[in-house]
Amino acid sequence: MIAEYLTTRFGLPEWLACGGVALVQCLILLGIMMFAAALFTWMERKVAGRIQDRLGPTRVGGRFGWLQSVADGVKLLAKEDLIPGEADGLLFRLAPYVSFCAAFCVYLALPFSNGWVAQHLNVGVFFIVAIAGLEVFGVILGGYSSASKWSLYGAMREAAQVVSYEVPLGLCVVIPVMVAGTLDLVAIGNMQRGWGVNWLVFHNPFLFITFFIYALCTLASTNRAPFDLAEAESELVAGFLTEYSGFRWSVFFMAEYGSMYAMSGLGAILFLGGWHGPIPLAEMLGLSYANHAVLGWLGDLLGAGNFLCKAFLGVAAMMWLRWTLPRLRIDQVMTTCLKYCVPLAAAMFVGTMLWTYALPGGLLPRSTPLGAVAEAPPWTAPRAARGERP
Amino acid sequence: MPVERVDPELVEFDVRTDEMLINMGPQHPSTHGVLRLVLRTDGEVVSSAAPHIGYLHRCAEKIGENVSPRQWIPYTDRMDYLAGMNMNLGWAMTVEKLMDLEVSEKTRHLRVIVCELNRIASHLVAAGTYGLDLGSFTPFLYCFREREKILNLFEAVCGARLTYSYIAPGGLIADLPPGWLEACERCLGELQAVVPELHAMLTSNEIFIRRTAGVGVLSPEMAIDYGCSGPVLRGSGVKWDLRRDGQPPVARMYEDYRFEVIAQVDGSYPRDQEYPPVPPEAVVGDCWHRFYVRMLEVVQSIGLVRQAIEHYRRSAGPVSEPIKITQKLPRGEAYLETEAPKGQMGFLVVGDGTAIPWRVRARSSCFCNLSVLTEISRGCLLADIPAILGSLDIVLGEIDR
Repeated sequence: MIAEYLTTRFGLPEWLACGGVALVQCLILLGIMMFAAALFTWMERKVAGRIQDRLGPTRVGGRFGWLQSVADGVKLLAKEDLIPGEADGLLFRLAPYVSFCAAFCVYLALPFSNGWVAQHLNVGVFFIVAIAGLEVFGVILGGYSSASKWSLYGAMREAAQVVSYEVPLGLCVVIPVMVAGTLDLVAIGNMQRGWGVNWLVFHNPFLFITFFIYALCTLASTNRAPFDLAEAESELVAGFLTEYSGFRWSVFFMAEYGSMYAMSGLGAILFLGGWHGPIPLAEMLGLSYANHAVLGWLGDLLGAGNFLCKAFLGVAAMMWLRWTLPRLRIDQVMTTCLKYCVPLAAAMFVGTMLWTYALPGGLLPRSTPLGAVAEAPPWTAPRAARGERP
Repeated sequence: MPVERVDPELVEFDVRTDEMLINMGPQHPSTHGVLRLVLRTDGEVVSSAAPHIGYLHRCAEKIGENVSPRQWIPYTDRMDYLAGMNMNLGWAMTVEKLMDLEVSEKTRHLRVIVCELNRIASHLVAAGTYGLDLGSFTPFLYCFREREKILNLFEAVCGARLTYSYIAPGGLIADLPPGWLEACERCLGELQAVVPELHAMLTSNEIFIRRTAGVGVLSPEMAIDYGCSGPVLRGSGVKWDLRRDGQPPVARMYEDYRFEVIAQVDGSYPRDQEYPPVPPEAVVGDCWHRFYVRMLEVVQSIGLVRQAIEHYRRSAGPVSEPIKITQKLPRGEAYLETEAPKGQMGFLVVGDGTAIPWRVRARSSCFCNLSVLTEISRGCLLADIPAILGSLDIVLGEIDR
């Protein structure tokens, strides 16, 4: 939209306009991701501290130690750039960026509010699941190229675990998609407009259970405790991270937090109403494009706040679990996946299929939107829908 | 050696290409010090684990043959550095046995107080680091928070938080400071409140049970054959505790105390307190039972300290003075084993009429407990190695001495 505006108004060549806009979008997303990673690093320490009956960081940046992540970042950047002598230098250097790129690319298709998405894809769900799965390559490369047996163990565990959990994760993602009838994340989000009962998680009992399977698979596929076998410090020293230090280590770290936030954001859109709160505040206040463009924009801003909060809560739950539970063993991780998650997710799939056939409206009566329906601004529709060349 | 003609297929199987040798340690987060395990692994399965020790050897016994018994007390602190009081006690009682010394009643009960407190502290470290070995961080901090309170009490008694040198041959270096018993009772009350928390986070946690139940099963016969002792032996269902079954000086120390040896016999533990039930997956002698025995002993020791405080209050007179550095030892030898938190700690002393022993020897319980590792970890998974090692609760300072 902006690119078209630049082309028509200022006569910029199309490639320049599109490229510039893409660059700006990427920078904004990168900023969001970096900020999220910094925030979560700090939050993890505070949460861990509070759960363990201590204070966590308190010194850097005033009372709550909120500059701790910056201090950590500076420390990591100032560290010696160390590559083990036996390591495969090229792959060793490449690995963190593979992971980071995969985690970052997820944000390209992740809508933060009604139409607030860097690249509106009509197959957004598919894109995100596919790209998020690429993160494992960085881990495998890093573990393999470190020339350490512990790293290799970490990499192999990660490969086995993530590849296995892709299956139930994919199934869990497909179920809300099936109910929604579209792979377009913006459309799925907008479908859950209205009161909280319209959220897909409350659509039918099967979807409700699917949400928890999804949460479990998210933990496993983002490599978080109790599924953090790839970096199990009591067994594998630090797993695939054993030989990494300084900046490369922190890139892996950012990738982990980035994908945690992305996966929990995806869950928020697919199950928890996306940018629609439990109470349709925006509609009650008349913040819609039907009234005024600015009001509509304000409504979307409120939605973005909603979405960020939900994704944030998801991450907080992950942290809570990490500091509470012991780690599973590799055979138990695989059993959980193959014996419980996959059959259960498949059963939920069949159940939802039958349910949608019998009761297409869902169990609870869908609340009717209050007042004027918040229409999406015209530019958020995919190009094809606007009658343009895709 | 003559070359034999063998089936090529056998050669194929003889050359082990699918196995990997890994050094776990001496720098590894979960070997509890500087232990080195050489693991032979096939993927995640460990076909053998061989412990290599000696990285913390400090010639303690040889030093003991060059200093007088009173001077060797600080070296015993540094054996099992998590239970310095119990190490002091073992050496002090051995020397007392050689010299035929009797300590006053008040000294005896005060020794029970500090030793049982130290047993609690040691078991708390064992429980906390065991959680760490299984990937659970939080119980570790909870346990250390409680242990700090006990260390504060010790600091008030003798000025040290880790290496106490409080119990010396012949008596104790000091009596309790005023107000100490009340502080101790407060601390015990707080401890008792924390035990259910630990049970909730570890003992009855589903993942914890699945990680430990049926893992590293040590049969009672094997435990006895290898000379295991302490919670490792009792976790295998053998009712043996030197506080009850020991040689006269040790058993006499506890003769006024009511307690039951904690071991599962005939499918049940002595039920004198509320604690979570044994899960159906658990087999006697597995990691879960070893952990459980320690947790029950914490509560038992709290009770023992309470009894000892009562006895101490009732007994009159001063505490016994320790022997002098120049005190000559009689000719002869004495060997005594005491029930330390980790097992039976034995000391041998041979006197030749001078102030300096002719021979000193320490028998480490952790050494014997560690020796079963190879047997009970055969064919387990890589992640079970820290689980088994943690459940044996070893301290390398005591093994290497």
